[in-house]
Amino acid sequence: MDNMIKVGMADLNICVTPDAITTLGLGSCVGIVLYDPRKKIAGLVHVMLPDSTKIINNENKAKFADTGIDLLIKKMCDIGANSNSLIAKIAGGAQMFAFGSNSEMMRIGERNVEATKIKLKQLGIRIMAEDTGANYGRTIEFYPETGELHIKSVGKERKIL
Amino acid sequence: MSHINLNQIDNMQFDVLREIGNIGAGNATTALSQMINSKIDMKVPKVDLLEFKELSDIVGGAENIVVGILFTLEGQIDGMMMFMMDLSAARHLVNLLMGTTTDSQTTDFSDMELSALNEIGNIIAGAYLSSLSSLTNMLITSSVPYMSIDMSGAILSVPAIEFGKIGDKALLIETEFGDDIKAVNGYFILIPTLESYGAILSSLGL
Repeated sequence: MDNMIKVGMADLNICVTPDAITTLGLGSCVGIVLYDPRKKIAGLVHVMLPDSTKIINNENKAKFADTGIDLLIKKMCDIGANSNSLIAKIAGGAQMFAFGSNSEMMRIGERNVEATKIKLKQLGIRIMAEDTGANYGRTIEFYPETGELHIKSVGKERKIL
Repeated sequence: MSHINLNQIDNMQFDVLREIGNIGAGNATTALSQMINSKIDMKVPKVDLLEFKELSDIVGGAENIVVGILFTLEGQIDGMMMFMMDLSAARHLVNLLMGTTTDSQTTDFSDMELSALNEIGNIIAGAYLSSLSSLTNMLITSSVPYMSIDMSGAILSVPAIEFGKIGDKALLIETEFGDDIKAVNGYFILIPTLESYGAILSSLGL
């Protein structure tokens, strides 16, 4: 591995082997990795909200599951990825605080995951692995060379998906 | 009512918001200091307008493990208030309050200790909010404390998402506090909604 490319909250980036790509401290947000296994090109978007059409101020496309995935695919195809061979690995969407069950805030992680799955399904992109929900944060690293998604959480063993 | 535009906040508004942090955190620090019977200082509050990708850097990096105690605010001011400290600070506070001497590297907390931490959060946030309430003459009620021990980025994603619904930046009033030996340092972070910023500024005559 050469460089580890960092993706912030409401941000996206792409990476080509031998580099790797990471996002730190995913909470209720969802980290979506798209990967072209043949070209070894990967992209990662760290989305905060499910649906751009429900929000007036939606210029930052990387903030939403729907527009973030579209933009990521475009960026990947621009550098030679084939949109038909993409697969996905997703992580995050936790519920960090035990809010009352009626709270809108409580379900945001879950809704982010749902919206991500719907969008990927519409695009015909298969989800090869996921580690979503529960109540803890995750740092994820994706290595295009091997296609492995590494997940680190506090007090837990590193998971490899 | 004043309107606040995140891209055009003037110096006067910044000064007033900083003063709110000063008064709120001043009271909260005093409450904490009395609780543990030891001197605690606070730094000059910072009013930060941050992009989401910079947000988690404020408390020592996105992967820094912290105790976050979150309150949702209702009444005339809506938003969230967060009390954050690192694990060794939380352990130190628990030891002082419960008269235990558990090593500061021990990061597993018993149910009793977690409950004590929640109560510390409650008292401190109460002090912060009641001074804010009397300053602005507005009614502010807070939820019960919600606690999470995790990476700061993951914890901060919760208020960030609330801000994400209205814009691409978060405006927050943060105050760092600590004692001489750096045993109990942490942050108070007040995150009103955008409308509430307007309400706060109006109530103070801006």
